[in-house]
Amino acid sequence: MRQGEISLAGLLALFSIYLMWKATELPIGYISGRGPGGGFWPFWLALGMLLSCMAIAWNWWRRKTPASQSDEPLMDSFGWLTLLNVGGGVVAFVALISVVSMYGAIALFLLYYLRFLGRHSWVLTLTISILLPIGLFFFFEAVMLISMPQGMAFTQPFFDVMYDIIY
Amino acid sequence: MEVLGFLIDGIFLALEPINLMLIVIGVTVGLFIGAMPGLGSVNGVAILLPITFLVPPGSAIIFLAAIYYGAMYGGAISSVTMGIPGASTAVATTFDGRPLALQGRASLALVTAALASFVGGTVANIFFTAFAPVLASAALSFGPPEIFALMLLAFATFVGLSGDDVPKTIFSICLGLVLATVGFDTISGAPRLVLFEIDGFLRGIGFIVLAIGVYGIGEMLWTIEQTRGEITTSNPKMTLKGMAADAKEATKRGWKGTWIGSFIGFFVGILPAAGATPGSLMSYGVAKMVSRNPEEYGRGSPDGVAAPEAANNSASTGSMLPMLTLGIPGSPTTAILLGGMVIWGLVPGPRLFVDESEFVWGLIGSFYISNVAALIINLAFIPLFVWMLRMPFTILAPLIFVLSIIGGYAASRSMHDLWLIVIFGLAAFFLRKFDYPLAPAVLAIVLGPIAEPTLRQSLLLSSGDPSIFFTRPIAGPITVIAIILILLPALKYVRRKKPVAKS
Repeated sequence: MRQGEISLAGLLALFSIYLMWKATELPIGYISGRGPGGGFWPFWLALGMLLSCMAIAWNWWRRKTPASQSDEPLMDSFGWLTLLNVGGGVVAFVALISVVSMYGAIALFLLYYLRFLGRHSWVLTLTISILLPIGLFFFFEAVMLISMPQGMAFTQPFFDVMYDIIY
Repeated sequence: MEVLGFLIDGIFLALEPINLMLIVIGVTVGLFIGAMPGLGSVNGVAILLPITFLVPPGSAIIFLAAIYYGAMYGGAISSVTMGIPGASTAVATTFDGRPLALQGRASLALVTAALASFVGGTVANIFFTAFAPVLASAALSFGPPEIFALMLLAFATFVGLSGDDVPKTIFSICLGLVLATVGFDTISGAPRLVLFEIDGFLRGIGFIVLAIGVYGIGEMLWTIEQTRGEITTSNPKMTLKGMAADAKEATKRGWKGTWIGSFIGFFVGILPAAGATPGSLMSYGVAKMVSRNPEEYGRGSPDGVAAPEAANNSASTGSMLPMLTLGIPGSPTTAILLGGMVIWGLVPGPRLFVDESEFVWGLIGSFYISNVAALIINLAFIPLFVWMLRMPFTILAPLIFVLSIIGGYAASRSMHDLWLIVIFGLAAFFLRKFDYPLAPAVLAIVLGPIAEPTLRQSLLLSSGDPSIFFTRPIAGPITVIAIILILLPALKYVRRKKPVAKS
């Protein structure tokens, strides 16, 4: 944890410097008759971020925070595996939206999570994985009039049937 | 007495069968829309605006106001049950609402939120009825320096109350404010902070993207990792007797926060461009500051739920005041309501109370009725919302992920924003591991678009002289209080050091 805290502070300090540099693409000073330039506010805030990172590093050096006093690892193997399974599942979910549509991706994500991570029965898994996307389809497309991504062309027959029900 | 007569007439008008029916439907629809992450009162009011052309203007605005009320009550539901603030106004509710839910006391949190919302709405209605024109003109005396001072105060409450790790809190606030500047410079119109030259950033980064990333993804990952997937929301069963006991406890332990939120919320709500979010945040901060047990805050204090909930309801009513009396909308939702009024042929402004008194008083009467209806409907649905928490966590967690992603898309309609949600979620997970508070970042991204233009306008007014924030009669005291609050941790540090030095 101790090494992690200073590494994270360093990474955030670099990000702050990047933001300061990006902010200077617009004027960061006071322009007579027009007030502060467009880069003024983000530049000084990014500087605030950088100074905060320096203060975090100072506290780390003095071992003032719980993380800076801890020599334990950031996560054990179970933690990393959980992050990979759950976080990876969410990443795959979003990646699949452009392929199998929002509703298809929801169904696949629920199938993966409920069956393989949650170890629920096939009956429960399939019931939720099929009914929830259909319910969400009617809520968003029919009630809220919000169209979700429909993925690649092969999903169209499904949407044609569903839109026939709505209209 | 004349006002009382008008009000009674207005209440009777709101109780007419068609209006009463619209209130019940509006509150119920609003409650569910508000409870959905990514959707808030603004979505509900905007989507249902065309339906209002089927009824007379008086009934139409009553229906829209009822949706607004319902959504304000609903915002607390996703904050408590899922830990995701459905709207920016409910961010502060998450601080104590979610811990209560994790302790198996979701019902207490929801009942407290409902009762506090009711009191907040009622106090605001009384103020609205009695002092509408006077308060509207007072609110107009708030110029850019005063609004910026108010924003400074909102951030100061966070820094002053952040505990020991002030640098991480300041980092979080600055990060949120910088993220809010991504997109276009609102004054010059030039592209600004288009990160890594990705065009998607030209659209800016919305509050909901950060909020869903932090709370819907990051916080969930953190909870799953910390508890190894074995979440126990102990005994969240609900009975009528249990709910009565919760109501009693909410009254006993949440009264102070309720009153603080009701008053602060209303006065912040009436300020043009301020609204319910800073109101709820400030109420939370003040309630914690004056509490005898500030250490309970953030761990499941009913006062910590009551203060922001009373405030956001009170502010919602308050934000109607500049809309009706001056034609200035105080929030995005009131902007749509204002648009509706113009379409119906009504001209908001000082003359509205004279020219369309039946309309105005019917609307004010409907605030009272909507408030009662929202309380009853909300309490009736609490068992359903608490039932959600009885689901095994391995079912609830994927549902929260799904609602976060679909809600995030519904709010922004952009795949770029969905990827941002995932990135923010993963980043939030690691930041949380190292005790970075993320709520200040979420609030900063909401308040940033108000703070920046008011700061720049103020400096333009004073030709770059920052003393403008100290010399004006309203801005001065607010700025000084904000600075004291910011310096509070340093003062505490010095006081702690002194006895050590003496010994």
